Amino acid sequence: MKDILDDLVSWRQAGKRIAVARVVDIEGSGPRDPGAAMAVNEDGEVVGSVSGGCVEGAVVSEALEIIDSQSRRMVTFGYTDDEAFAVGLTCGGTIHLYIEPLDW
Amino acid sequence: MTESLFEQYAAAVRSEHAVCLVTIIHGIGLGSKILVRPGEPVAGTLGDSELDRVVERDALAELEVGRSGVRNYGANGQQRENDLTVFIESQAPPPFMLIFGAVDFTAALADSAKLLGYRVVVADARPVFATPRRFPMADEICVAWPDEVFDQFGDVLGPRDVVAILTHDNKFDVPAVTRALQTNVGYIGVMGSRKTHDGRTERLREAGVDQAGLDRLRSPIGIDIGGRTPEETAISICAEIIALRSGREVSALRDRTGPIHER
Repeated sequence: MKDILDDLVSWRQAGKRIAVARVVDIEGSGPRDPGAAMAVNEDGEVVGSVSGGCVEGAVVSEALEIIDSQSRRMVTFGYTDDEAFAVGLTCGGTIHLYIEPLDW
Repeated sequence: MTESLFEQYAAAVRSEHAVCLVTIIHGIGLGSKILVRPGEPVAGTLGDSELDRVVERDALAELEVGRSGVRNYGANGQQRENDLTVFIESQAPPPFMLIFGAVDFTAALADSAKLLGYRVVVADARPVFATPRRFPMADEICVAWPDEVFDQFGDVLGPRDVVAILTHDNKFDVPAVTRALQTNVGYIGVMGSRKTHDGRTERLREAGVDQAGLDRLRSPIGIDIGGRTPEETAISICAEIIALRSGREVSALRDRTGPIHER
């Protein structure tokens, strides 16, 4: 979250509701290591990234849903997992993200 | 009012202190967090004091090597149980790059080092050259001889850190190399032509540097990409630093013969 910290702080000061998605695990080939993060605020503004641009669009929809529901969960993207979302990584890997509201 | 965990995390990251943020991402206590900092009590709780204690120990070990990842535990911190999964996010402080010599190559290397996330210190004994105006990107400028610089920074240099000696003047190179070899620094690169390198190697032997010490040096500095400008040379040096860390085979200038630049 280091790379997006300044944005998180200023959004928070502005009273925005925020969801943060972090890469927690990778199987096979993945462009970003665990710890890579992106954040979305209630206005739909986005900072950071969790892949090479392959899944960011889908993460934004997930994040907006999480801002609404104030829930938290793991989300997996990739072709190899049966429960994976339709969106995948072109490199063929699987990434596990954890998405939660910035409410802590 | 006490600071939130996020505020404490943000403060630690901004002050470039080592910090681990641990979050339960699956199972019992989903979303609970602790903040682990070396030498400080844990902030927050994962919901069980024994779990906090075990996870703190594991997080400190991960922080030491700068690694982030997931681990499973029992509800009271038992190993090999799967009541919950945590994500340990390590934020190690930025590595050091200590550059000797306030020359044009230094500015280009310092720029590239900042891009890679290093904390950059530029050192030169000549106050006319070692100025913030010439090196605005440097985090610190030391107008000092190599011995004084190592007295100040030597103890903090570790495997993730870099010493780049760009002076190619034996008066500075020999003491800088000698002192760098006494540290645990991961990369020591020394600039110069083949001729400069050969002369310097003689001086270093006379100064008591053994073969193991000489083998530790990346001299001439950089990989063989045919770079000419200060900027291209900086890329060649940074590429060598990354390759050494990742253990990849590259065509290092020190392992080749012949002129560094084609005529």
